[in-house]
Amino acid sequence: MPQVTLTVNGKSHTVDVEGRTLLVELLREKLRLTGTHVGCDTSQCGACVVHMGGDSVKACTILAVQCEGAEIATIEGLAAADGTLHPMQEAFREYHALQCGFCTPGMVMSAIDLVKKHPSGLSEQEIRDGLEGNICRCTGYHNIVKAIAAAAEVMNGKRSELARAAE
Amino acid sequence: MYDFEYHKPSSIADAVKLLAADPEAKAISGGMTLLPALKHRLNKPSYVVDLSGIAELQGVRKEGGNIVIGALTRHYEIATHPQILAAIPALARMASTIGDTQVRNRGTLGGSMANNDPAADYPAAALALGATIITDRRSIPADAFFLGMFTTALEPDELVTAVSFPVPEKAGYAKMRNPASRYSMTGVFVAKGPSGVRVGVNGAGPCAFRQQEMEAALTANWSPDAVAKVKQAPDELNSDIHGSAEYRASLVTVMARRAVADAG
Ligand SMILES: Cc1cc2nc3c(=O)[nH]c(=O)nc-3n(C[C@H](O)[C@H](O)[C@H](O)COP(=O)(O)OP(=O)(O)OC[C@H]3O[C@@H](n4cnc5c(N)ncnc54)[C@H](O)[C@@H]3O)c2cc1C
Ligand code: FES
Ligand code: FES
Repeated sequence: MPQVTLTVNGKSHTVDVEGRTLLVELLREKLRLTGTHVGCDTSQCGACVVHMGGDSVKACTILAVQCEGAEIATIEGLAAADGTLHPMQEAFREYHALQCGFCTPGMVMSAIDLVKKHPSGLSEQEIRDGLEGNICRCTGYHNIVKAIAAAAEVMNGKRSELARAAE
Repeated sequence: MYDFEYHKPSSIADAVKLLAADPEAKAISGGMTLLPALKHRLNKPSYVVDLSGIAELQGVRKEGGNIVIGALTRHYEIATHPQILAAIPALARMASTIGDTQVRNRGTLGGSMANNDPAADYPAAALALGATIITDRRSIPADAFFLGMFTTALEPDELVTAVSFPVPEKAGYAKMRNPASRYSMTGVFVAKGPSGVRVGVNGAGPCAFRQQEMEAALTANWSPDAVAKVKQAPDELNSDIHGSAEYRASLVTVMARRAVADAG
């Protein structure tokens, strides 16, 4: 049986897998990191987005064996040890950017990659285009876009604290 | 998904040997087309041969008047590579519209060329730019590479190693995206290059094709108005729930006009 050694949220794991095991199955079923979701079987919904070497990727469309030696980051690894949320998570809460929450882990992971790739700032259109691969059935996206814009200001150092949502 | 044996060779020769040993073996690059197909059990490969560890398939370089792009180059790298942005900005812009960020972070040029999806973006660009597809054993001009729906001139064990794009004087691209899948309903790539004016069309037919009447019109007069008068015949174009052949035919003209405007 093939074996894969990879780092997930800073911790190294060696796991027995099958050739066909997907990264998302390794995360959810072997490592019990169930924050990464599966919402489709057509690689379109983005509920499974994680970071691989810092880039956002769909964990449902990568074989576990392709992740030998890779650095993976999932939603579980974002908050600080004392429970302080990542600015993107905090912004999603503040701006009511989720309803059922199913798409949220993937949205947050995609959004963080998007902000990192645009260190000088993001327009609303760039945020909307950047979410092309993430589908949300609940929110209508507006609050997600607002949350990402607010988190970007904190992540890019333009503000020290998250701008509060309008009452 | 059916199970398979996974191999990760580090040379082209070893990869070809594995593929030649078993007709059921399949290469994988970005996996953005192969894995969705395997999940639906459309395929039952014996081996999956991962090309991602082969250094010879990597890299972007300038060779004379050509930009040579390694097969493993990801869509995101093509969209952001300084040499490609400088030499063929329309190709970089086109790559930035493929799928979504996560697809562009994994999907590769070689995988897209080998797959030849009727709605894929690169085939129209390869035809219009007069590209040459370089494989482990020969060089194939784009005009002789795309043979039909999901069909290319590649042998079952033959690998795309790079694609060489002559740097054009001007090039532009425009597409109408399907609002749900975001794949091209019809896209047109126009280029004025070393081999004259060439127009490549994707999404409209079962396979990307050149639009020769538009090429003639643009050779006589490079302007959006010149193609606006050229009508595409709907015969043999795709007709499905997303649009009729007549609709796609009219999109060919509209997208060609926009592509020439994009080229400037
Ligand atoms: C949600 C979604 C949206 C997409 N939208 C678009 C879009 O708008 N436009 C577009 O053009 N594409 C789109 N794609 C497809 C995407 O661009 C794929 O990346 C591409 O078609 C295949 O590249 P790959 O590297 O992922 O190939 P893989 O999936 O790894 O392989 C595809 C096929 O090519 C073969 N192959 C791979 N590499 C080689 C090689 N070097 N030599 C010979 N054979 C090889 C494999 O055996 C397989 O049969 C989309 C995909 C998804 C999942
Ligand atoms: S589960 Fe839908 S894209 Fe991965
Ligand atoms: S919050 Fe329910 S799918 Fe997005």
